[in-house]
Amino acid sequence: MLHILHQIARTGIKSETAPTPAEEMIVVARLQKTILRTLGRALTIRHVDAGSCNGCELEIQALTNPYYNLEGIGIRFVASPRHADMLLVTGPVSKHMAIALKRTYDATPEPKLVVAVGDCGCTGGIFGQSYASLGGVASVIPVDVAIPGCPPSPRALLQGILAAISAHAPPVAAQADRPAVEPTLRSPDAPDTP
Amino acid sequence: MNVSPLGLSASALPCPIPAQRCRVNSGQLLSACRLAWERGGALVALWASDERDRARGFSVRVLLRDGDGLTLLEHTLPDEGARYPDLSPIFPAANRMQRAAFDLVGAQCDADDQRPWTWQAAWPIDRFPLQRDFEVSPTWEPGQEDYPFVRVAGDGVHEIAVGPVHAGTIEPGHFRFQVVGEKVLRLEERLGYAHKGIEKRFESLSLRDGYRLAGRVSGDSTVAYAWAYAQAVESIAADDPPPRAGWLRALCLERERIGNHLGDLGYLGNDGGFAFGHSQFSRLREDVLRLNEHAFGHRLLMDVVVPGGVARDLRADDSALMRQQVASLERELAVLRDIYDEHAGLQDRFRGCGEVTRELAMKLGLTGFAARASGVPDDLRCDFARTPYDTLGVRRATRADGDVAARVAVRFDETVESLRLVDAILAALPDGDIAATLPEAPSSRLAIGCAEGWRGPVFIALESGSDGTIRRCHPHDPSWQNWPVIEHAVIGNIVPDFPLINKSFNLSYSGHDL
Repeated sequence: MLHILHQIARTGIKSETAPTPAEEMIVVARLQKTILRTLGRALTIRHVDAGSCNGCELEIQALTNPYYNLEGIGIRFVASPRHADMLLVTGPVSKHMAIALKRTYDATPEPKLVVAVGDCGCTGGIFGQSYASLGGVASVIPVDVAIPGCPPSPRALLQGILAAISAHAPPVAAQADRPAVEPTLRSPDAPDTP
Repeated sequence: MNVSPLGLSASALPCPIPAQRCRVNSGQLLSACRLAWERGGALVALWASDERDRARGFSVRVLLRDGDGLTLLEHTLPDEGARYPDLSPIFPAANRMQRAAFDLVGAQCDADDQRPWTWQAAWPIDRFPLQRDFEVSPTWEPGQEDYPFVRVAGDGVHEIAVGPVHAGTIEPGHFRFQVVGEKVLRLEERLGYAHKGIEKRFESLSLRDGYRLAGRVSGDSTVAYAWAYAQAVESIAADDPPPRAGWLRALCLERERIGNHLGDLGYLGNDGGFAFGHSQFSRLREDVLRLNEHAFGHRLLMDVVVPGGVARDLRADDSALMRQQVASLERELAVLRDIYDEHAGLQDRFRGCGEVTRELAMKLGLTGFAARASGVPDDLRCDFARTPYDTLGVRRATRADGDVAARVAVRFDETVESLRLVDAILAALPDGDIAATLPEAPSSRLAIGCAEGWRGPVFIALESGSDGTIRRCHPHDPSWQNWPVIEHAVIGNIVPDFPLINKSFNLSYSGHDL
């Protein structure tokens, strides 16, 4: 036990300051302030590997190391889409994962933010579209934020995740481009602006 | 392997390690496999190729390995109706490879188990994506298959279905447990969810550009795949990379091994209920990845190894930083290893959990560090050492117990050894060019590349087409051999120990599903 305490003390605090949200990663801006109010200061994420090479998974896992201290800024990964505010989806979406991805999306409660991760999640990347691959995540479910990179660094991942819940995001201009989902917020009586 | 007693004649196969190829009929295929098994050899890979454009039907290729090197057996099926003999009675690992070879190429095996393996209704079952006249129809929608899992019946037996979307941040796959109480009676894996058409995609790339795709077959083993691919291209072109490139490739491969073992050692602590381990090891892994990015421009070292050499040179001051990091990691690892070894709760979870005996490991063809933890000492870096491993002298890490504790111990030992190798490489790194311009690649030449990745030996079988194109590329991940072993390792264990057992192997889905 003393060894463990000594090692913890010797390691010290490694956590770094969170980066600023990367607004350029926003694909479709939504009712940001309402989403923020709904989520409060906590965000829960369900990761879905829809067919990636595992490179993006390694960097998503890195978010839980002490440097990025995800839980310290109120974000945590959960085991079920039913507990999640956001889906973090890597790609390309293989045809064999398309149904599982749709079902995961359907199981996620509104406002169900979707973040597409990596070049493959954004466009299909090097695997593209084929008899076995549908390409980017947006070909199967609506995407709010797309984080490019092969794989994106943990810092870029954080910037994209924060952009999806950023109060500074541009006002909703592209709602019409999001036909599949009409956000039904958990507090429907709350106005969009205070 | 000496094949002359079988009446076979072998020709040379371009490969960095000793390798030969021979044409066999179905009887010779079986007797060659039996001979290899009797001599302690193992099945490396089985795949098929559509050769109808050359009026040779389908070619079934079986790659074997023994103490002498590699032997590629090539068996021709004249048409779609012909069948080749079932090799799974000799090498059980052949079962899934034979099923995948049918799903993708249509080469039929004379086996009892005719269930699909890679196919999951994304395309019609009577179409074969790796046939050269295959055409995709936009009307094909992702479908669902009804896979006949083997069920266990009896009082109190129930079934637990897990995946393909898992509770953790991992790849997609399905596990079907038959359970009584919390004890696992049987586990059946269903993989193929990450199948994204990698082998077909290779055929639209040039030999020179294919390394990028090879480096993304399994993102955690990008250096091993890119190196194996580069070797295959260099073998086809009959050229060697400059010495400095060989040493830098080994530097990257060992750093990849260190990074993966560190990450998994943390997760093994976590899955054993010891979160401290995860926070400590994930911090060390991050340090390694950050220095990778600083020195080579990529945290996971993607696209550093290229055909002809490496894409980036190592600066002298980065070399100094790496040697400092080696010293600090050695210190940290010693402290953490003591903590793991002395932690009664953790050892209670590790010991006797997920046991694989040496006999089972040999029979099922277990490979890589998991095999070394079950007393099978194979390691390409030692058995067929090439530059720079021939001068570095890798010390094998082995254990006999074959349980989670043994796999943890081998991972600790290999991390320590890789740190020593990194330091030795940096101390003796030769000067000179980092890449050579490869000569024009001849067409229709088949070559094999291989590298001992952190998980185990990675192979690339590559055949050139005309004008520098790829005719056929088959990447082979050690997970093909190791996935079926997990089904055996969990028998009699309790369900909550499955994540721990699974993580102790940490197999690839993408590298297997292709």
